[in-house]
Amino acid sequence: MSWANPQAFFAMGGYAMYVWGSYGLAAVCIALELWLLRRRRRTLLRTLGRTSGERESE
Amino acid sequence: MTVNLWKYAAPQAFYPLAGRLAPWFLALAAALAAAGLYVGLFVAPTDFQQGESYRIIFVHVPAAWMSMFIYVVMASWCAVGLILNTRLSFMMALALAPTGAMFTFIALWSGSLWGKPTWGAWWVWDARLTSELILLFLYIGFMALHAAIDDVRRADRAAALLALVGVVNVPIIYFSVKWWNTLHQGASVSLTRAPSMAATMLVGMLIMSLAAWMYAIAASLYRLRSVILEREAHVDWVRQLPEVSA
Repeated sequence: MSWANPQAFFAMGGYAMYVWGSYGLAAVCIALELWLLRRRRRTLLRTLGRTSGERESE
Repeated sequence: MTVNLWKYAAPQAFYPLAGRLAPWFLALAAALAAAGLYVGLFVAPTDFQQGESYRIIFVHVPAAWMSMFIYVVMASWCAVGLILNTRLSFMMALALAPTGAMFTFIALWSGSLWGKPTWGAWWVWDARLTSELILLFLYIGFMALHAAIDDVRRADRAAALLALVGVVNVPIIYFSVKWWNTLHQGASVSLTRAPSMAATMLVGMLIMSLAAWMYAIAASLYRLRSVILEREAHVDWVRQLPEVSA
């Protein structure tokens, strides 16, 4: 363990903005991609469900 | 038991397989990321030159490796599609592109956040950085070109051609730090000599790279499922899927 206390960990030796900025950006990008993937599938299934219903009622 | 792998070249057969595999790859990615972050943030020592700022490496290098690797895989699927005329190959390429672009973006942005404290500049027009930026434009160009052509089969072929021409850029990125005098440091890890970094730093970086790899597989499999459904929307097997007919 290389940290004396939690404050030292979050301060990152004065580079907090750069280090946590990088980690945060990566986390946001991944969360956003997973959310977009989920939304794409849900929208698609809704549309497909609707059109297949129309077909059966024809 | 013999499994006929060719069977899975059919979108109809690969769709359920992708659905079964993707959650496992995502779980694997999460577990590896947790381990990699632990090693990177708590085990790896402070760098004697760069202090703590070097810890950006655990995001930056995996993202940069994946940005190039995904492009090569994507272009390979394009080549397979053009040669064998297999529809699923083009869908694979299409499913990989956004994830590749995302990793390129992360590599560029985290590189910028690393460049400022170490070089004193957010951005320089140096060979490594410029060729990586071109990679981002190649990904965006691939997706934009595909989206701009209405006929899906023509879109597949045109975008595949673009992807294959763009492959030239990948060795340029990789060797840019050797071929030109750049601000960017040379490779810390190479196949021909011992890595120039502490063992725990290297281990953290490799675990994070594996995590990024597993994540890329999971994300592209999830996206592939949507691409398959979109393209086969009019076909009976899609209509009969429980998630569609219900």
